[in-house]
Amino acid sequence: MSAHNRPLSPHLQVYKPQLTSVLSISHRATGIALAVGTLLLVWWLVAAAAGGEAFDTAQGFFGSWFGILVLFGFSYALMYHLCNGIRHLFWDAGYGFELETAYRSGWLTVGASVALTLVAWIIAAAS
Amino acid sequence: MIGNSARSTSMRTALGRVRHLGSAKEGVHHWWMQRLTALALVPLVLWFVVSLAGMSGMDHAAATAWIGSPSVAITLVLLIGATFYHAQLGVQVVLEDYIHNEGLKLAALVLVKFASIVLSVAAIFAVLKIAFGG
Repeated sequence: MSAHNRPLSPHLQVYKPQLTSVLSISHRATGIALAVGTLLLVWWLVAAAAGGEAFDTAQGFFGSWFGILVLFGFSYALMYHLCNGIRHLFWDAGYGFELETAYRSGWLTVGASVALTLVAWIIAAAS
Repeated sequence: MIGNSARSTSMRTALGRVRHLGSAKEGVHHWWMQRLTALALVPLVLWFVVSLAGMSGMDHAAATAWIGSPSVAITLVLLIGATFYHAQLGVQVVLEDYIHNEGLKLAALVLVKFASIVLSVAAIFAVLKIAFGG
């Protein structure tokens, strides 16, 4: 068999999506989104250092409906990547590989990331 | 005698000479640094998100007062350093996995590594300017 005709696994077009695989690719997707999102952090800090006018422009964007939408998405991606990252650290330490445990930690990641995001926005709304 | 070098004094192959000497100990460097920065980022990110959430809609004076206070400035510099170190390691793996053209892959890796350095230096400079410049 030539190197080009080898079977690929998992073949995404026919492979049934599962919680574990969806969370796995989501970790990558949120990682890339967060890497791009660091531009917002740099913008905010550089604007604060540049002066009041530049800072007001940045705050104006973050306070707009589009800015809030971006920040909400960013905050969820951050909390998801953080929770699933902790899940990965447990795997690295050798724990949680049993199928049942992997699913339980997966749902825990989903629940914790949603809860942490909501808590952050409740704090933001109250302050 | 011609060719009387170290090579000709041994019948052992190059592979045979290095076998069992162990690795160069660099094989897990990328993996280890990704985990180390991940561990550091857990408390740093939670601190940053809770802090910003508690000050939403702050004006310039409040923002610079917060950023410029010594403990916050130090923690922000640590956050920026760990964030960009972690991000460029992660993006590197993704690029290596999905870009199959060697030239394009190299260009993308150089771009990401340079951008990470430039962005982190800019962010750290901004924090230090606020902290020292008042």
